[in-house]
Amino acid sequence: MLIAGAFGLGALIVGSIFRPRRPYAEKLTPYESGNPPVGEPRYRFSVKFYIIAMLFVIFDVEAVFLYPWAVVFEKIGLYAFIEMIIFIVILFAGYIYAWRKDAFKWD
Amino acid sequence: MLPELFFGYFAAAIIIFSLIVVTRRNPVHSVLFMLILFFHIAALYLFLDAEFLAAIQVIVYAGAILVLFLFVVLLLNLKEETLIRRYINQWPMGVVFAVGLFILMFISVRSFLAGPKGEISSVLTGQSNVTNLGTVLYTEYLFPFEIASLVLLVAIIGAIVLAKKRLKS
Amino acid sequence: MSFFETIFAPGAVDIMLNIGIILIKIAVVVGIVMAHVAYATYFERKVIGHMQVRLGPMRVGFHGLLQPIADFTKLFFKEDIIPANADKPIFYVAPVISLLAALSSLAVIPFFEGFVVANLNIGILFILAMSSLGAYGIVMSGWASNSKYSFLGGLRSSAQVISYEVAMGLSLVGVMIMAGSMNLTDIVKAQEAYPLKAFIFPQFLGFFVFIVAAFAETNRTPFDLPEAESELVAGYFVEYSGMRFALFYAAEYIGMIIMACLASICFLGGWNGPFEIPYVPFAWLLIKVYFFIFLYYWVRATVPRYRYDQLMGLGWKVLIPLALLNITITGLIKILV
Repeated sequence: MLIAGAFGLGALIVGSIFRPRRPYAEKLTPYESGNPPVGEPRYRFSVKFYIIAMLFVIFDVEAVFLYPWAVVFEKIGLYAFIEMIIFIVILFAGYIYAWRKDAFKWD
Repeated sequence: MLPELFFGYFAAAIIIFSLIVVTRRNPVHSVLFMLILFFHIAALYLFLDAEFLAAIQVIVYAGAILVLFLFVVLLLNLKEETLIRRYINQWPMGVVFAVGLFILMFISVRSFLAGPKGEISSVLTGQSNVTNLGTVLYTEYLFPFEIASLVLLVAIIGAIVLAKKRLKS
Repeated sequence: MSFFETIFAPGAVDIMLNIGIILIKIAVVVGIVMAHVAYATYFERKVIGHMQVRLGPMRVGFHGLLQPIADFTKLFFKEDIIPANADKPIFYVAPVISLLAALSSLAVIPFFEGFVVANLNIGILFILAMSSLGAYGIVMSGWASNSKYSFLGGLRSSAQVISYEVAMGLSLVGVMIMAGSMNLTDIVKAQEAYPLKAFIFPQFLGFFVFIVAAFAETNRTPFDLPEAESELVAGYFVEYSGMRFALFYAAEYIGMIIMACLASICFLGGWNGPFEIPYVPFAWLLIKVYFFIFLYYWVRATVPRYRYDQLMGLGWKVLIPLALLNITITGLIKILV
């Protein structure tokens, strides 16, 4: 059985497999500009995206706590269940707060 | 020999990429190099047989926090003109402090002793990294774990309060 | 240092042998998946064509069967256009990031018993990590193209991908509880004891959340706002052409195949089926994966596109509470039974 070994190697090798194609395509490539841009293309955007990104970080960390918990659930049993319910309830309070403050509303 | 070689590569790459991150003129490029940096750090965890921590490094740091950085960089939309003077005038002072800090760290690192082998490393228990970590975290370190949920709660409230203020002004 | 022991310790000959075996496996998996990607595009045009009472591609070969080859040849030899003022290094790298993220996920998928490129203990997390990497390809291409359409498309898409990633991760926690592992091979084996050799009945809620999140993660209809043709031209890859465009397109289809594989493995029992199919160990997985691919097309031909606020609302207000509920119920059942 191959263990973690192929993780790093796999990612790199898989990358290099498709890479040789690109220089080939490039041989045919003269530089050509697209449409001349009008105005400022990289404009400021809504702060909404920023809130979503921050909430995403927080809930991602929550999910990360859940993964090892799920794996060892059977070993620890009821004890693990109760502590995770407390964990989820505390975070759910924050979730309700975010909802009430219209953080998920997009307009 | 090979482990040292690999460690040497990743350690050197981490330092080089950190330098690249702070010297890029374009902040979006900095973020990209930081992404590469985080992957090298994840690889170091992998060599320690901590594959769960490696995955977390990629999911949380590269996948979540760095995306937030990227959004902030894009939100600010720094123009090239504002970036011409990259370093403020106090840079000689900064260099002095950095060198001082480096010497301090060098001295303290030299006095480190190798700790005893961990009791719960996967080599000893024969179980995977995730199982070991989970077992310890949800029994022995239960209290810090519940505290973590409170910290996250504070983070949610803080994020919304700050962002809402910005939205109004 | 067991990482090194597995690959490097046994001696110089074994090192070469191990690396050789890994390389061959990678080549086989990539080759087969790429062929499936090519024909998934043909299949999509045919299926949707027939659903809309059209014929779909008919000209190239018998009933258009050679169409993907013609498409590939065309894209391969097409000029590679880089828009003025684009950030060139990032413009170059963005499609590679997308494809790298998609292809790497294939490494942990067990196609049949014993055949997996890297049998990681953290298989599910690896796929989640790679799908979060995919968001970079999207937002980077959108930003680098220096076009309003692609910038907005990239932003929308990355916000969508990260929103639904939470729901997707949470929906899989139920499966992890049931299997007690994140290793995809172990998950398939854990399902053998259940009815129909699948988790779908005890994990129905998780399955539903996962499917919706998978549609959103791969930017497919009804959640294909980032590439909505009618409002954003084509979203983050408007400015891309030729082979680079093909890389994005391939990444999207590989993403679909991976999500279909993950759904089949985590909820439908992977390579196990109600009865054995002789000589073809991966037959059941293939059938299940093609069922999901067909589902993608079916939904695309049937359901209208969501509005962006509805999309974000669905992810945050419906899917995440449902996934948390699923975790609680699964935990309760596990304790009581």
